Amino acid sequence: MRTSVVVFPGSNCDRDVVRAVADTLKSHVDMIWHEEKDFPEKPDLVILPGGFSYGDYLRSGAMAARSPIIEAVRTHASAGGLLLGICNGFQVLTETKLLPGALLPNTSLTFICRKCHVRVEQTDNSFTAGFKAGTIVQFPIAHHEGLYFLPENELMELEKNRQVVFRYADPKSGESGEKYAPNGALNGIAGICNRQGNILGLMPHPERATIAHLNGGTDGVMFWNSIAKTFAERGAL
Amino acid sequence: MGFREVGLSEQEYKHAIELMGREPNDLELELIGVMWSEHCSYKSTRPLLRTYPSKGRYVLQGQGENAGVVDMGEGWGFAFKVESHNHPSAVAPFQGAATGVGGIIRDIIAMGARPAVSMDGLFFGDPENRKTQNLAKGIVEGIGAYGNAVGVPIVGGKTFYSSSYNDNPLVNAFSAGFVRIDKMASSQTAKPGDYALLLGSKTGRDGIAGASFASRELDEDSRASKPQIQIGDPFEEKLLIECCMDLLDKNLIASMQDMGAAGILSSSSEIAHKSGCGIDIQVQKIPLREKDMAPWEIFLSESQERMLLIVEQEQIDAVFAMAKHYGLDCAIVGIMTDTHRYKVFKDEKLIADLPVGILGDAPEIYWTSQIPADIEERRALDLSGLKTCSPEKDLLSMIGCANGASKHRIWEQYDSMVQLHTIAGPGNPVAAVEVPETRRACLLTMEAEPFKCWTDPYSGACETMALSMRGLWAAGADILGMTNCLNFASPEYPEKFYELKECIRGLADTCRELDCPVVSGNVSLYNETAEGRIYPTPLVVTAGILTDRDQFLASGTARDGDILYLAGSLEGSLGASRYQEMKNGRPHGMTVSPDSEKEKKFRDRAVQTARSKAANSVRIISGGGLASALANEAIASDIGMEIAIEPETSLEALMFSEGGARAIYAVQPDKAHAFENIWKGFPIRCIGRIYGKVFEWNGKFSIPLDDIKTAFSCGANRDK
Repeated sequence: MRTSVVVFPGSNCDRDVVRAVADTLKSHVDMIWHEEKDFPEKPDLVILPGGFSYGDYLRSGAMAARSPIIEAVRTHASAGGLLLGICNGFQVLTETKLLPGALLPNTSLTFICRKCHVRVEQTDNSFTAGFKAGTIVQFPIAHHEGLYFLPENELMELEKNRQVVFRYADPKSGESGEKYAPNGALNGIAGICNRQGNILGLMPHPERATIAHLNGGTDGVMFWNSIAKTFAERGAL
Repeated sequence: MGFREVGLSEQEYKHAIELMGREPNDLELELIGVMWSEHCSYKSTRPLLRTYPSKGRYVLQGQGENAGVVDMGEGWGFAFKVESHNHPSAVAPFQGAATGVGGIIRDIIAMGARPAVSMDGLFFGDPENRKTQNLAKGIVEGIGAYGNAVGVPIVGGKTFYSSSYNDNPLVNAFSAGFVRIDKMASSQTAKPGDYALLLGSKTGRDGIAGASFASRELDEDSRASKPQIQIGDPFEEKLLIECCMDLLDKNLIASMQDMGAAGILSSSSEIAHKSGCGIDIQVQKIPLREKDMAPWEIFLSESQERMLLIVEQEQIDAVFAMAKHYGLDCAIVGIMTDTHRYKVFKDEKLIADLPVGILGDAPEIYWTSQIPADIEERRALDLSGLKTCSPEKDLLSMIGCANGASKHRIWEQYDSMVQLHTIAGPGNPVAAVEVPETRRACLLTMEAEPFKCWTDPYSGACETMALSMRGLWAAGADILGMTNCLNFASPEYPEKFYELKECIRGLADTCRELDCPVVSGNVSLYNETAEGRIYPTPLVVTAGILTDRDQFLASGTARDGDILYLAGSLEGSLGASRYQEMKNGRPHGMTVSPDSEKEKKFRDRAVQTARSKAANSVRIISGGGLASALANEAIASDIGMEIAIEPETSLEALMFSEGGARAIYAVQPDKAHAFENIWKGFPIRCIGRIYGKVFEWNGKFSIPLDDIKTAFSCGANRDK
């Protein structure tokens, strides 16, 4: 398996993702600078990491969505390749329209970094097939623009198509929804996929819940293993 | 132009003429004025700072560089430093604090290290005060905006409230990074013939003469000082970090220096002076952001996100290619010479020519010291006003008051986990991060005790330093070294100079006796306004090492059924404690006298306890005393406790007194024997046990754990 992590100027979780993937997926990992026009070696999984691409100065992810590498990312995804956007990477995915919606400033208008619980809402995609639906996992969040927004009719469509993959939840009661969203995300949406299930964007950071002796927990390991499972079952593209 | 306009005294001016052999021209006078300002030259404190112990078995680079570096083992060095950004933050809280974070990060880059952690010491005024709330909001947002974007986790810090900081908040920014020892950079390795390059932002008018601004007290004019405030661009800084790391990795840089106070002037003159060279600078080659800047403006500009690189001729092309890759501006602005002169040219014309040493060696000032007239009054303690009528209410007030309550509303605005190496982040008494690619862990504590340093400067400083070390010992660490930020009022008042001198003596003595070298630091004087002067506020950050991270003994990890032990004296002193200040409205009374023999006994046993895993959890007793430590431990461990001890002198002394080597331990019953064995020769006693959901004190009072948690977490929420 081969993974490519795209590095934009201002990305700051690129090295973290490389470590988490190398640790759990036993995947070969390349770091690809945003100015490349293509991936030097065809990847199976492309990850757009967290950070502040281009300083997030225009709108989070807006400049990165117009980087030279993005065409190759589109081609990869349209051929069915796996594409994962974490935090700023999710923002880039909505800015490229590879995923619907937009990420607006948190209702608190502050940056929020803390441990956070999400419920795995569905498992029939390439990223969460290894989970039991309804499982609550802890992935830390760290963002200023994480309020997932979509006009009402499109939101209903998204829900109907079962594209909501992660929803903020209360670990005690198991309930999920907007009132558990630290950022005010509509319907408590923390992560979504496209209809084909090969593109996933999420605000929480599974890579921060991967290394056992660090302070972010280990629930992310399940996430990476889940991707590994998809590969084991279907093989490389 | 007169010498007074550039902040020189008549005596200093005469001295400058003597060194130059002639009268300086206007530009030269400007340059001397800034380099001899308190902020750049440390002229009031250099004689005092020389008393710090600087050597130790872990020290690779002591004071005198951009940051100190200690040996972490397995080929890794750890560069660290703390620096103040008080004056800018008082005038423009967001930008002042943000650029404080950016500035200290560049000090770490300048050592060749990849910035890996940050911490911040924040001292705010009365929390009920509208002005404090606005300043605090701006400062916290500024730190977050910069630190989060640049991708350096903020793993801890210290926030302290007192009306003494109403008009003069303090922002002390700490940063640290890891460097392969064979890749360490230095500002002392430039050679004649090497080129001087500017990498990063263009030079503008922002922050011109910020150094002189920080060298006097804040007054009404300071509101008009906005042009002296620098503007930060964390995106540019992030590119600067990555570019410098790549340049160092490929051995393309001979020497480097960050640009902080007095920008191009101080960085280029320091590098020339420390390397034993001279330098010729072509002012017209410096890339500018604004038109028509005068040479003095260019040299004193404190535009952010710039580095000075010294590069050998053969490497120039490679350096430019790397800068282009990251989209950074880069320009050759000068050349190192063997003249020992600092020469500035404009279009071939020599416009300044100074001996390089004149800029580096400002004459020292020896201020008069005088014991404060009210020292006896400060030291006196009236115990009658301290009686606790309701220990339960007093405890809830202590852990719910601004200084006692959870600071999560501040630190949740900071990314504390980026870089994926945080073992223990904010909210813990000790911060811990991985040393790259090893099983080692680097531990950090940040401490300040302004109340104690005001009533009793010497002992207060000793207690501050010892406190920072106790936290590390308890976690199991060996001490590597410390960095400090000395925040004081004007040294020109003999009573204020006395406080400064005594605090430094206390820190120096404690470091010497307990083997902690001082590797870097910063001094911020003139922290005062017409309304008042700050309490003496020396802040220390101490670093320690664990060779195996599994030996880390954390706080907040007590388990059901554990026995609670108190190590150390039953009581400390109520003098200048938080409880005393809360009751009297102003600190009074002496703190515990320093006792290094006792500290050493404590150290040996605490380290052994951690390494032999004889306890499940530890917490040092600090602000708020034993009762606060116990309540904090219950909250963090999410479990109740039953306390059974009788006071020696009074209940309030037992619950809330502070100072001295003391800690609480949670010990599994089957390890009690081993634990007691370790602590032979040092006072310990069993004081209760861990269980249930209630905080119960000797049958005197009991508080449901949930109520304690609410007081702790909502305390900071009041009217934010």
